[in-house]
Formats: sequence, C-alpha cells, structure tokens
Amino acid sequence: MFEQHSPVLPIILPLIAAPICILLGRSQLAWLFATFISALGFGISIGLMLTTLDQGVLSYSLGGWEPPWGIEVRVDAASALVLCVVTGISSLVLVYAKESIAKEIDSSQHTLYYTAHLLCLAGLSGILSTGDAFNLFVFLEISSLATYTLVSLASDKRCLTAAFRYLIMGTIGATFILIGVGMMYMKTGTLNMLDLAARISEYDSSRTLNTGLAFILVGVSIKLALFPLHMWLPPAYTHAPSAVSAFLASTATKVAVYVMVRFIFTIYGAEYVFHTMGMDTILLVLAIVAIFKCSFMATVQSNVKTVLAYSSVAQIGYMILGISLVSTLGLTAGLLHIFNHALMKGALFMAVGAVLLRTGSVDIKAFQGLGKQMPLTMAAFTIAGLSIIGVPLTAGFVSKWYLVTAALEQQEWTVAFLVLAGSLLAIIYVGRILEAAYFKNPAEGTTYKEAPLLMLIPLWILVFANIYFGIDTSMSVGAADTAAQWLTQPSSSPATALSVNMGGATQ
Amino acid sequence: MSFIVDYYNYWIVVFLMMAGFYIVISANNLVKKIVGLNIFQTSVFMLYISIGNVSGGSAPIVADGITRYSNPLPHVLILTAIVVGVATTSVGLALIVRIKRAYGTVEENEFEDKDDLI
Amino acid sequence: MNIWSALEPSQLINLTIIVPLVGAALVVLLGKNPNLRESISIATAVILFTLVLGITDNTFNQLNMATSWVDFLPGLNIAFSVEPLGVLFALVASFLWIITTIYAIGYMRGHNEENQTRFYCCFALAISSVMAICFSSNLLTLFIFYELLTLSTYPLVTHAGNKNAKRGGRVYLGILLSTSIAFLLFAILATWVSTGTLEFTPGGIFTDAQSSSLVSLLLVLFCYGVGKAALMPFHRWLPAAMVAPTPVSALLHAVAVVKAGVFSILKIVIYIFGIDNLSQISTTDVMLYIGAATVLFSSFVAMTKDNLKARLAYSTVSQLSYIVVGALLASSIAFAGASLHIVTHAVGKITLFFCAGSIFVTTHKKNISEMASLGRKMPLTMIAFTIGALSIIGLPPMAGTWSKWYLVVGALEADKLIILMVLTISSLLNVAYLLPIPIRAFFTPADQRSQSWSWSETSEAPWPSLLAITVTSVMCLVLFFYPQPIIELVNLIPGVSTDINGGT
Repeated sequence: MFEQHSPVLPIILPLIAAPICILLGRSQLAWLFATFISALGFGISIGLMLTTLDQGVLSYSLGGWEPPWGIEVRVDAASALVLCVVTGISSLVLVYAKESIAKEIDSSQHTLYYTAHLLCLAGLSGILSTGDAFNLFVFLEISSLATYTLVSLASDKRCLTAAFRYLIMGTIGATFILIGVGMMYMKTGTLNMLDLAARISEYDSSRTLNTGLAFILVGVSIKLALFPLHMWLPPAYTHAPSAVSAFLASTATKVAVYVMVRFIFTIYGAEYVFHTMGMDTILLVLAIVAIFKCSFMATVQSNVKTVLAYSSVAQIGYMILGISLVSTLGLTAGLLHIFNHALMKGALFMAVGAVLLRTGSVDIKAFQGLGKQMPLTMAAFTIAGLSIIGVPLTAGFVSKWYLVTAALEQQEWTVAFLVLAGSLLAIIYVGRILEAAYFKNPAEGTTYKEAPLLMLIPLWILVFANIYFGIDTSMSVGAADTAAQWLTQPSSSPATALSVNMGGATQ
Repeated sequence: MSFIVDYYNYWIVVFLMMAGFYIVISANNLVKKIVGLNIFQTSVFMLYISIGNVSGGSAPIVADGITRYSNPLPHVLILTAIVVGVATTSVGLALIVRIKRAYGTVEENEFEDKDDLI
Repeated sequence: MNIWSALEPSQLINLTIIVPLVGAALVVLLGKNPNLRESISIATAVILFTLVLGITDNTFNQLNMATSWVDFLPGLNIAFSVEPLGVLFALVASFLWIITTIYAIGYMRGHNEENQTRFYCCFALAISSVMAICFSSNLLTLFIFYELLTLSTYPLVTHAGNKNAKRGGRVYLGILLSTSIAFLLFAILATWVSTGTLEFTPGGIFTDAQSSSLVSLLLVLFCYGVGKAALMPFHRWLPAAMVAPTPVSALLHAVAVVKAGVFSILKIVIYIFGIDNLSQISTTDVMLYIGAATVLFSSFVAMTKDNLKARLAYSTVSQLSYIVVGALLASSIAFAGASLHIVTHAVGKITLFFCAGSIFVTTHKKNISEMASLGRKMPLTMIAFTIGALSIIGLPPMAGTWSKWYLVVGALEADKLIILMVLTISSLLNVAYLLPIPIRAFFTPADQRSQSWSWSETSEAPWPSLLAITVTSVMCLVLFFYPQPIIELVNLIPGVSTDINGGT
C-alpha cells in the first residue's frame, strides 16, 4: 500500500506537513518536524530513483482517474534524479537553518519560515513528478509563492524590494507558461504530457503550437533566470536569508531547467523544437553569453552573495548549453550539471551563511583573515569553490568533462573551448574571495568563532559529496545518462522504452 | 473585416494583455504594478474561458433536450488559475505593506538606493 | 637494492603515492614538535626513495606493474602503471626530496620561518602528486595530479604571505590553471572524443582516422597546455614563483614542478603522438622553433637579471626548453638527451638554488652585484656553485655534458643545423650569465684590504644546508663518471636509444 502510493508521497507529505508546522507553533518543534518530513521525502525519492533505474517509469493516477482524463503523477529517471537533489538539499538546508535563521529571521517568524520551506518543497516536488502540463503550472506557482515569502523573511529591508521584483518577474513568467499551455490545449485538447506529445507529433507545423512553445520557453527562461531574463535573481539571492539562498540556488532554478527539459524533450520533442523551430542556436548563444557576461559580473561584485548569485546565472548557462547541443550526451551533461551544481552552490551559500552568522556581513571585506579564524568553514568554501572552477577530483570537473565532450562530439570546437575558457573567470571570482580569506589580515581586534556544529555538518556533507561525486561518478553519471536516454527516446510505452534504455546503456 | 470580428475574443485578450503588461513595466507605484499584473493575468483567464466555448453549445449542465455542451475543462482550470492569481496578488500586496513600513513609500522613484529599484 | 621485494610489485606504485600522503598527515599531527616533525619528513623521504629504487629494480627486471584506483567514466579510470621514463623522473624527484628536506631544515630554522608545519605538509603533498604523475597510465590521471600539484604548491609559493608573495602566487596559479584548463584539458578531451582512448600507448594513439590538421592542432595545444614546461610566452609564472622560500624554489621550481611539465610533454610525445609520427605533424617544427626561441630569449633575459634567484629562474626557463626541443626533434638520440637532461639539469640547478638560499640565509644578500668577494666568506658554497654552473653549461667533467652531448648529436641526426647553432649559442650564453657569479665572488675584492684569506673568515650556512649542497654537487660529478644506470634506464623507453643508428 505504501509502496503503491510512493510516487505521490514527496508532494503530499510536505503539503500536509506545512499547516501542521504552523500549528506546532514552537520554533524548535517546527524545525524538528520539518527536517523529519524533508528527510522522509529524501528517503522516498531515493527509493523512487532506484525503482525507476530498475523498472523504468512509475505512473500513479490521482484519485484513481486513469490518464489522460485524470491527473497523472509520473516519475521517470529524470524526475527522480532532480527529486533526489531537491529533497536531499532541502533536508540538509533545514538542518543548517536552525542556527542560520536564528540571527537572520525575526524569532516570531521561525515557524512561518519552516512552513514556507515545506510548501516550496511540495511545489518543487510536484513540478518534478506531475505528468500534467496544467498541474505543472499550479505547482510552479505554489513553489514560487512560497519562495517570494521566503525571500522576504530576511531582516534586511532590501529583501522586500528584491522579493517584489522576483514576484513581478516570476508571475509574468508563470503567466507566459499558462498562455503556452492554453495554446497547446487549444490545438490538442489534452493536458496530459504523454498525450500532448503524441498529438503534437501528428501536426507538421501549426502556428498555435509554435506560439505556445515560444511563450513557454520565454516563461521558463524567466523562471530559470536565463540571460537576459535573469535580473531578478541576483538581488533575490543576495538579500534572502542565507538558508533560503542555499536552498533556492541549488533547487528552484534547477527545477525550472527540468521544466524546460520536460517541455522540449517530452512534450514537443527535440526534433520539433530544435530542427523545425531552430531553438538550439538561440539557446546556445544565450547560454554562452550568460556564461561570460555573468561570470564577469561575478568578478566585480563586492558582496559575496551577489558573486555567488551571478555565478549561479552563469552556471545555468552551462546547463542550457548542454541542452542546446541536441544530443543525448549533451542532455546528460546538462542533467549532470543540475546535480553537481546543486552540491557546489549549496555548499558555497551555506559557507557564506556561516560567515554572515559570525561576522554579520557578507562583504568581501568581512572575509579578511577568516582562513585562520573559521578554518573549517573556509576550507569547505575553498573545496566548493574549486568545484565551481572545475578542478579535477571535484564534481565540477565531471560536469565540465561531459559538457566539453558533448560539444566536441557535435564538432562544436568553439563552444567546447568557450566552456573551458568560461571557467577561467570562475578562477578569478573564487580566487578573490579566497585571497581575502587567506592573505588579508582581519580588521584590528576582531576575533570570530568557528561556525556552530549544526551548520558545519550539513556544509561538510555537501563538500564531501562534491569530492565523492568527483571521483566515483558511476552513480551521478549513471542516473543522468539513463534519464537522458529516456528523454531522447521518442517512444512512450514503458515496456519498449525500458528495453531501449537497457540497450542504450551498454553503448 | 471578418478577421477582426470573428476573432474578437482574441483581440480583447491581446489588448488586455498588452495594457496589463505596459502598466507593470511603466507604473511608478507598486500597487499599480500589482493592478497591471492582475489585468495581465485576467486576459489569460479570458483566453482560456473563450476557447472553451463550443459554437451552439449550452452551459455544461446536464439537461433534457440538450446535446451540445461547451467544454467545461478550461473553466475548471481557470478556477485554479484564479486562485493562484488571488494568492499572488495578496502576497504582492503584503509585500507592499511591508515595503511601505520599511521605506516609507511605495513610489519607486522615492527609493533612495537605486539598487532597490524594481 | 630492492628491499621491498617481498611486496607485490604493483603495490609499490600505490605505496609511492600513499607514503608521502601519510607523511603529510603525520607532519600535521606532530606539528607541535619540530624535531619529530622533521624526522618524519626525512624518514618519509627515505622510505619513498627505497620504494622508487624497488620499482627501478623491477623495471630492469622487466616486471609489469600496473594498478587501477577508480573508474572515472566507462573506459576511463584513474590508473597507474610503470614505464622507464616515469621511473627516471621518480628517481630524481624522490632522491632530491631527501636532500631538499635536509637542506630545508637548515634553511627554515636558520631563517626562523613561520608556518613550517604547513610548509612540510604541502611539500609532502606535492611529492605525492609528482609520484602519481610519474606513474600515471593515462592522460586523465596525469591531468588530475598535474592540477593537484599546482594547487598543493600554491601555499608553498605564497609562504611568506606578504604582498609580493600574493602577487607571485596570483601569477603562478593564474597561468598554470588557465593554460591547463583552457588548453591541456581541451586537448585531452579532443583526444578522447576523436580517438576514444587516453591510455599511454607506445607508438602513440593517433591513427589515420584522425585528420592531420587535428593532430597538428593538438600538438600545439598540448605543448602550451602543459604550462609547467614554461614555453614562451607562458613562462611568466616561473620567475613569479621565486618569491617562495629557497628550498621550494630548489625542489619545486628546479625539479618537481617544472620537470613535471617537461616530463608530461615527453610522455605525451612518446606515448600519445609517438616519436615516429612526430616528423609528419606539420606543427612539430613550429613548436620546435618556439622552443629554440625560448632557449635563446630567456638566456638573454637571464643576463639582465641582478637578482640571483631571478637569473636562475630564467636559466631554468631556458633549460626546460632544451628538453622540449629535444622531444620535438623527432630523433631517438635527442629524446635520450632530453630525458637525461631531466636528471642532469635537476642536480645542477638544485645545487645552484641551494647555494643561492645559503647565501641569502647567511648574508641576506639577494643581488649578484652585492656578492663580490663572497668566496672568502663562503668558499664551500661558492665552489659548489661553480660545479653546478659548469654542469648547467655542459662542460666536462660535470653531468650536464652527457645530456647536451646527446641533444647535439640528436640535432645532427635530425639534420636541424639551426637547432645545433641554438644549442651552441645558448651554451655560450650560459657561460656568460652563470660564470661571472663565482668569478666575482672569488676574484673581485670587496674593498682594498689585501689580507690573506683564512678559515676564520668563513661563515657558512647551517650544516644541514651545507651537507645538502655537498651531496648535490658531488652528484654532478658522479653522474659524469658513472651515468650508465641512468642511460640504461633511458634506453628502456620505447623508441628511444642513445645509439646513433639505434632507434627501436
């Protein structure tokens, strides 16, 4: 019975737990409860991932209504992979949050923080596992609304305008997606993703569908902060509480990338989007500009959280680049980077949060001399920073390796070179911070304690994950590869897809 | 001419959408931005509702002697979307209240720090 | 000579990498007790050397040694295997590590440096990476440990922690990381995509399936990607790294790091391109002449430097390009010369650096112009300096003679008279920038007093440093008279031979 309902549990659990969290009232209790629920979700996600890698797709009909009439919850390897990332990071961030929000969020609002976090988690899980295009929009808005609240919880007043800007942009993006879904519905009369895919492939070319695709891609691009629609992201991540930045940077944009992958590969089909509509060139160019422009922006910021935020936009460029290469390998690289980047950015934002807790500032000046005063935090920051650069034996290296291989496989020599050249800018923006931490002397008379254990543990778990997945890639690459195989197979029936998948794995 | 008349619902939708979008971009007052956002969203709701109409169809309530019904699904969908819209508006307005408290104004050009502009 | 014969041969490789790591960990643990910490350092170095000797013994016995750690990707793993060139480099690096550790004890204590624990720890980490580079069995492994070597030496370069050190460290890390990521990694990936393998294979991995323009491009990318080989214009990091304490400059920037660079180039040329195919690649000559230009140009720059370490650094840049030139001459003898030059230049240049460090510790003099009549004060050091300088120039009876000899013969064999001229002119330039230093020290009086010299005037560096200098300068002599084991080892490299009509 439990196993039978497992695909829907990652959505239902946090959704039910969120209001309970408010009822619990006390911050301590709410923290324990939220962490427990999130960890439970993580456990279920891992189970789902193992099942999907083993059996292919899991389908669940909500309320017993069979698809395409009812709403289908559908978990395949791609959803399970991102689901694991989201629930895993969420659990770690929640553990971390207790100490972190103590200083950054007013104590009367702690339970609200946990509630909003759980709601956001429910929304993200929903996006990942739904098989219904309109349902996806609803979950997107659930997570977004929770996100606006989370961003605005910080005690600094600038978080309010940042959240407001995020709200305006986010709502426009979501409405664009809604328009696009409406156009698809106008033409096909269905909202179930598989059904949509089957019916869209029957049309050779339809202006309604083309317009729908355009609306959806622009809407999703706003949500995932693709250059030049990224302007909401840096202020939001800069002024949000550190725990929120860590959570959003490693999950929210990743889920939006997943949505894009879903619309392009599952619903419209890569052939249609890339060859008929020529989206690959547009995405490729935007991705490369994002990598360079935003990496460069990151090198000139003085607020470390802004540096990381711009770096996030640049890294999203890498993911989109992988998608735009129009190959299974490219998609693998993109999905892999979703996973790896979550590990790095989560760790980096957590480390910065620890610094903020101790020094009260995230300006690069606050990092001066921290190498000696907060050695564990800064060591973690260093390793995660090296991972962003893509130094061997870190997860970032594996991503870069796959991206460049994918580009070279498509004979895109310039692109391959630009990917590598882009990581040189990462050396600069990470290097500036490390230099301040290790070579500058702290301001006179300031001594800071090492971050509390409850922050260091999740931070170092992520750091070790960075190293582990940089050395033993069989798990991350295997999952990303299976997911990419799945997505690029036009076949929809689980049985045939499964056999194709197994054949593909041995190639 | 028939192009305009036959697709009048779309023309209304497009007009509302552009008007709402323009307000969001150009308004100086944050509340007006939210109003613009609402108009923008409403246009999409109208798009959905109007496409649910089946020519000659009646309201989708089962009754004797009626064989042709309009499609009820878009209406149901939009019910959900309206809820989402209301929630967004309320979050936006709540943020404006807090911005007013923190900054003392809801006029964008009265913010002191240019970085805070929306 | 193999005291580890009881062990499984392939375990030796693992041990050479792990032993320095364990050493580094122990150094950190025992950081509070300097005597114990230094004993551990020396003990680790000695154990490591015996391990490498064991591997050498096995290599001569034609035992195959290979080990694989983890599968990185399907068909690609982090793996190690032994081949003669790697053994040669490992021997040099591990032997000189012992000497340098002894020297460093004298230097660091004489200089009252701070953060000595970090120093010894990073030192051991760097050596561990070097061992892994020596025995890497594919390009991926090589690249990984190449990067780790850069990162683990960064704290050593910036040891002083002041503004200069920071600037030097920035250039060091900037150039090495940039070239390795932008060029080397790119070249490796292109090789991987086009050939489907990164394994070091005797005779090379490129076949007719790869277009010749691709292979030509890759050669350029590899040569510049290995920034540690300091080919112009990417040589700036080496002089910049001279802000490091002298033992670091000595071991890392005369032996381990720079030699890891040229070693990588040699290995890539032999095992990825294949010596025989080299002459068919259109860019070989281009890179060859860039190498030759580097030889000459950096010699000229060296002449203008008054700071002793800077002069030695440019001399190193020049000498490294000898090896690159030797590798690209596409002649088996030149290749033997290049491999030998790794050894002979190492012992020669480390002697010079040791001397420079000793002079600095004892007299706090950095500039050559201040070193007049230093021979009165530090006669032993200056004699050692003379020996080292002669070896670098390539005059008998010093070790450097052999490598230059083979390089010149190789240039003749390859029918490249220009290279022959470059080598000759460069030797003259070596004379011009190295020999004035001891001459000034011995024959230019500091002032007009003409007292006869007596032992009481001398104030040499601390005895551990002096011991190290003596050992390396004696090595310069010994390797001239007894180079056979090294030459035999070089002859084991596939396609490399010191016989004129040898070849494979």
